[in-house]
Amino acid sequence: MSNATSTTETVHRVSFLDKDSLSIPILKILQADGTTFEKAVLPVIDQALAERIYDTCVFTRVLDERMLGAQRQGRISFYMTCTGEEASIVGSVAALDNEDVILAQYREHAAIRYRGFSTEQFMNQMFSNEKDLGKGRQMPIHYGSQALHYQTISSPLATQIPQATGVGYSLKMQGKRNVAICYFGEGAASEGDFHAGLNMAAVLKSPTIFFCRNNGYAISTPTSEQFAGNGIASRGIGYGMHTIRVDGNDMLAVLAATQQARAYALEHNAPVLIEAMTYRLGAHSSSDDPSGYRSKEEEAKWQQHDPVKRFKLWMMNKGWLSESDDQGLYEKYRQEVLAAVKVAEKLPVTHVDEIINDVYDTPTPRLKQQLATLKQHIKKYPDSYPHSAGRV
Amino acid sequence: MAKINMLQAINDALTIAMEADDKTVLFGEDVGHFGGVFRATSGLQEKFGRDRCFNTPLTEQGIAGFANGLASNGMTAIAEIQFADYIFPAIDQIVNESAKFRYRSGNEFNVGGIIYRTPYGGGIAGGHYHSQSPEAYFTQTAGLKVVVPRNAYQAKGLLLASIRDKNPVVFFEPKRLYRASVGEVPEGDYEIELGKAEVVKEGTDITLLAWGAQMEIIENAAQMAAKKGISCEIIDLRTLAPWDVDTVAASVKKTGRLLINHEAPLTGGFAGEIAATIQEECFLHLESPISRVCGLDTPYPLVHEKEYMPDALKTFEAIKASMKY
Ligand SMILES: Cc1ncc(C[n+]2csc(CCOP(=O)(O)OP(=O)(O)O)c2C)c(N)n1
Repeated sequence: MSNATSTTETVHRVSFLDKDSLSIPILKILQADGTTFEKAVLPVIDQALAERIYDTCVFTRVLDERMLGAQRQGRISFYMTCTGEEASIVGSVAALDNEDVILAQYREHAAIRYRGFSTEQFMNQMFSNEKDLGKGRQMPIHYGSQALHYQTISSPLATQIPQATGVGYSLKMQGKRNVAICYFGEGAASEGDFHAGLNMAAVLKSPTIFFCRNNGYAISTPTSEQFAGNGIASRGIGYGMHTIRVDGNDMLAVLAATQQARAYALEHNAPVLIEAMTYRLGAHSSSDDPSGYRSKEEEAKWQQHDPVKRFKLWMMNKGWLSESDDQGLYEKYRQEVLAAVKVAEKLPVTHVDEIINDVYDTPTPRLKQQLATLKQHIKKYPDSYPHSAGRV
Repeated sequence: MAKINMLQAINDALTIAMEADDKTVLFGEDVGHFGGVFRATSGLQEKFGRDRCFNTPLTEQGIAGFANGLASNGMTAIAEIQFADYIFPAIDQIVNESAKFRYRSGNEFNVGGIIYRTPYGGGIAGGHYHSQSPEAYFTQTAGLKVVVPRNAYQAKGLLLASIRDKNPVVFFEPKRLYRASVGEVPEGDYEIELGKAEVVKEGTDITLLAWGAQMEIIENAAQMAAKKGISCEIIDLRTLAPWDVDTVAASVKKTGRLLINHEAPLTGGFAGEIAATIQEECFLHLESPISRVCGLDTPYPLVHEKEYMPDALKTFEAIKASMKY
């Protein structure tokens, strides 16, 4: 068929459709008190999985709190938290296979933690020391690890979205039983790359999960100034994609949706879009002050939907967690993070030779010459280049 | 005259331009109520209303395309691109459309009323994607003007001239000076002519040329050189496209030497263009090869920012080498 649309009904009088023609339900499983909705169908979860999920949430809370503090003390230059969005991130990554490829935006450090990124590895990246896998080239929070199938973060927004389509397609071509998952904010979904990436995924049948964290703001811009349609979910449908909207502060809902999205993507070699409705409890980043654009009341209201607390109550109801286990976990991670900060900040930064490596597979003659000249210069003025003067 | 910083000077220029012409609109990511991530547009939505100063959805491609549409139909569009590193998604709309609207339509249509304001450059521990100086990508595009101010006074006068210029302008703001550069700025309306370099300090031995934030660097290098008895003439290019060949050539004919400093990588940078042109204009006057002190041919690194930067010490060394040649 040359014009394959799924419209069958005909009408004989002008009749427009608008966003209200599209009613998109929201999946909720867990209630505020930690009990589940009466008719809720639970995801596949056992105690071990629940504990790993919770452990990741607590680590992330502690990391965010401590590193924001470290930024304020001037020990690191920049930080971003995912406070309030833990269920969206951990609930989704927990539904995946460890070899599913993650392409994240920047606020999804809980996902790389879930995969096993160590506390030391976090610190090495944030302090740009010589053990940083990214060799000190990017700002704090731009993690990445080949071993953990987590592609290194790039700051330009939405560039990872069409890339994820390509990764998903490559997994299909390679005959792997794996999918790609792509995280992005509702702000990034306005970029041209989003539309290109989704359209290609749907048409080329790429097994990719597009996971939108709709957290209410893109820096200062509220969703009402970001899109006029029915959220991001309506766009998935528009591109011909299997789509679901979930409560992003509900760990079980996110887990259930992602488990089924993954199964569907593999079975049908097709993309799925998940829109998680959540809220950015913290500032956009350590450089931002949200009091300039949103009210304390609004923030307080969302504090009551704390996703980590809700999941904790569920675990406690199941008898899988006690108040003292919980306190112990926080205490353990507080000490671990602090100790790791102390070690990481003392390590020297990446060696100056790395400045020319990885521009190409091997440095060009011109780059080698530039490095040689630079090192001569540093030797002459060691005091002005304290990071590298000791090692030229 | 009040002492204000560069952000305040920019805000002042935007206010004046919007007061003077109600067909002027201002938009970009977070520029509305919040006043922009650097606060350059603070208070403008309150003053001019949401129809004239507003947040756009997060799409640089959309912002530039929208600007083209507005300006092609008689408006003045002041578009903010939040960081120069993020101008690339808009490059098709700027390079193929804004730049060529007039030429390709035989002047049936033009988008002369566009100005793209964007913070550029390093020195703020911003790493890769908050530090680039992409001016050379635009200087190669016929039809665009490219302007870079070095301080608050320049920023206000050049911005007002850019807004009123009949051509699309890409206006790079040196973000590391936004708050650091404080100076006397007249309250009223004034313009600084585009396409004219400024001789900031006269000298006899060598001409130092830069723009934007690197002006501070060559001024510091010139002070070091002065202690060695070397007299530097310092020029701020201010407009890169079209650039003021005459002022630079006249200076080089006088001093016999030229050093160009920019933060962008050396290869393919705008210094290469200047060096080639000045070599043609001043060949018989040159006493040493034209020298370029620029960023390395690498992406902008976070932790080796100091090593990467064409700083005052590297410039000073190059001045001495040129004098000894
Ligand atoms: C192409 C591009 N434009 C602008 C920016 C600057 N910027 C960084 S984060 C951000 C907001 C992103 O909002 P959203 O996608 O909703 O994610 P959230 O921060 O809410 O998690 C902006 C505008 C950027 N990084 N890349």
